[in-house]
Amino acid sequence: MYRDVVTARHYEERLQEEYLEGKQPKFDISAGPIPGELHLAAGHEPAAVGVCQHLTDDDTVTAPHRPHHVAIAKGVDLKRMTAEIFGRRTGLSKGKGGHMHLFDPDVNFACSGIIAQGCPPAVGAAMAAKKRNSDAVAVSYVGEGAISQGGFLESLNLASVRDLPVVFVVEDNDWAISMPKERVTDVADGSKRAQGFDLPGERVDHNDPIAVYEAAERAVGRARAGNGPTLIEVQVHRRMGHFMGDAQEYRSDEEVEKLDRLDPIPKLEARLGREGLSDERIEELREAATRRVEDAIEWAKEQPQPDPAEAYDDVFVDPPASTTAAEAGGDD
Amino acid sequence: MAKATEPEGTQRELTMSRAMVEAIAAEMRDDEDVFVMGEDVADYGGIFDSTEGLLDEFGRERVMDVPISETSFVGAGVGAAQAGMRPIVELMFADFFGVCMDQIYNQMAKNTYMSGGSVNVPMVLMTAVGGGYNDAAQHSQTLYGTFAHLPGMKVVVPSTARDAKGLMHTAIRDDDPVVYMFHKRLMGIGWMPAPDGPKTGVPDDDYTVPFGEADVKREGSDVTVVTLGLHVHRAMAAAESLADDGVDAEVVDLRTLVPLDAETVLESVRKTGRLVVVDEDYRSYGVTGEIVARVAETDLGALEAVERVALPDVPIPYARPLENEVLPDAGDVETAIRNAVE
Repeated sequence: MYRDVVTARHYEERLQEEYLEGKQPKFDISAGPIPGELHLAAGHEPAAVGVCQHLTDDDTVTAPHRPHHVAIAKGVDLKRMTAEIFGRRTGLSKGKGGHMHLFDPDVNFACSGIIAQGCPPAVGAAMAAKKRNSDAVAVSYVGEGAISQGGFLESLNLASVRDLPVVFVVEDNDWAISMPKERVTDVADGSKRAQGFDLPGERVDHNDPIAVYEAAERAVGRARAGNGPTLIEVQVHRRMGHFMGDAQEYRSDEEVEKLDRLDPIPKLEARLGREGLSDERIEELREAATRRVEDAIEWAKEQPQPDPAEAYDDVFVDPPASTTAAEAGGDD
Repeated sequence: MAKATEPEGTQRELTMSRAMVEAIAAEMRDDEDVFVMGEDVADYGGIFDSTEGLLDEFGRERVMDVPISETSFVGAGVGAAQAGMRPIVELMFADFFGVCMDQIYNQMAKNTYMSGGSVNVPMVLMTAVGGGYNDAAQHSQTLYGTFAHLPGMKVVVPSTARDAKGLMHTAIRDDDPVVYMFHKRLMGIGWMPAPDGPKTGVPDDDYTVPFGEADVKREGSDVTVVTLGLHVHRAMAAAESLADDGVDAEVVDLRTLVPLDAETVLESVRKTGRLVVVDEDYRSYGVTGEIVARVAETDLGALEAVERVALPDVPIPYARPLENEVLPDAGDVETAIRNAVE
């Protein structure tokens, strides 16, 4: 678990550096080695690792547009994910998806760039598991800004009435871009929403991977045993802007200064130390994580750019005869 | 033409976003019933600066940040409009319309008709469109055709700051629902460089640009290029480039898709005989097909050549070489013009 936490953190920090290359001092979204927007999840690690520890490759995870920590915890191929983020041909989606749209069917991982819209497909994965008498479960992640969305609320309801093996995880980082949580909802404890659908709800009020692990153990166990869905809300913290380039002028200095004190990583290290893990072992794990991340980034940057003609592939698995590139308005 | 309604006076150069905000602010001062709501419109000032500064002047009751729940807040705009207010609702990206499409095309667009005209929905739904910054298939669509296809909404697409202000005044005063689609790359935001074209002189005072009046942005005699939004500037660049080779292109900026000024297009085609339509939306069943059909069914004999430039029918890819391949640029427009005049 610690290994995944530090891998995710180092990954986010390195992506930030790579992303800002060529974008300083003046931020220009179309410059630098990483295309598009980049939404980082540093500070969200407990919600990812505490839950995904209980999952196997057969279990499905749908992540939102801030997906890297969950992908790492779920075991998504780090090299191919990184190549995708750099827009390379050997990336998970051949350079077509990018960082908000990572798909790794080998470990049943998918995500969406549209708020809360990963919830219904997770319900569908759970439905398939139930119909096939498999004990696989589905986990869907949303941010606390997404809890007002129909896609989220309708999914809670459908999963509940069909007793489907789904765990809904709300990552509560207090901010939906510039919108503070208290103006999104009058219900501070988001897990209470579960009551409205007659399903169990649990809030992990502190930013602690072990506490998340324990809550998820109960929820995933309940799902696997055929006892239906659970809602877990986890308090996390957004250490960076909503997207890279977001100056966060809406956030107070006091709040931003508090973030280091709330960082889950030093707390986890202290706990591991108390439980007998030596400093040397912690350092070894950190170094291994760093190496893995550096290897992935180095590999990704060496990968070829896609050929422009590939833009026309993959619209359909079985393309109608008329959809050649020329028919589609392409050059060839 | 619209210019006749514009006042004399200082014409500072404004970015398109500043011009839009100026119109919104003026209408809010004039009419207590005008208010703004949407995601990140208050403290953030709109992700694309479309509401920058409004919170300071008008406060949270009239510039309302709302939870991420498009069905409820777009639908609430419909309800408030039916109750006689004049809401301006922003949906951050046109791509997100899918979440709340029922409120748009079954409520906002149809209630006037279904009520036999007994209620109306004077709201403005504004949203960002367009790609060109590698944000991939769920954040880069243009979707002009989708909204123009569904009856009951007026659809506005400004290409310059001057037009953006006048069209916004018209949109807010209009008694029907108006979808106001602005291209991100035209807004003049710091982190997304704009071409030079959209930043124009803008009169200080209020003025309206009427709907249904296309603007001939460049006169020419050899070929008519019909386009809108960002691609007005791409077409202007192509026309200037071709002028050196003796090809004289006329550039028609549609400015509104509903109502559509087919007459200006026809007049131009009757003069040039050749038609090139340029659009950043998907090619099939879209603006390009519609414009060609309007000309063909009205005056087939005027057409000597037709070319279409649009997004091939593929979702917008992420990697730069792939996105560059599918998004039309000035070079693509230039090629199409050459093909038309050959």
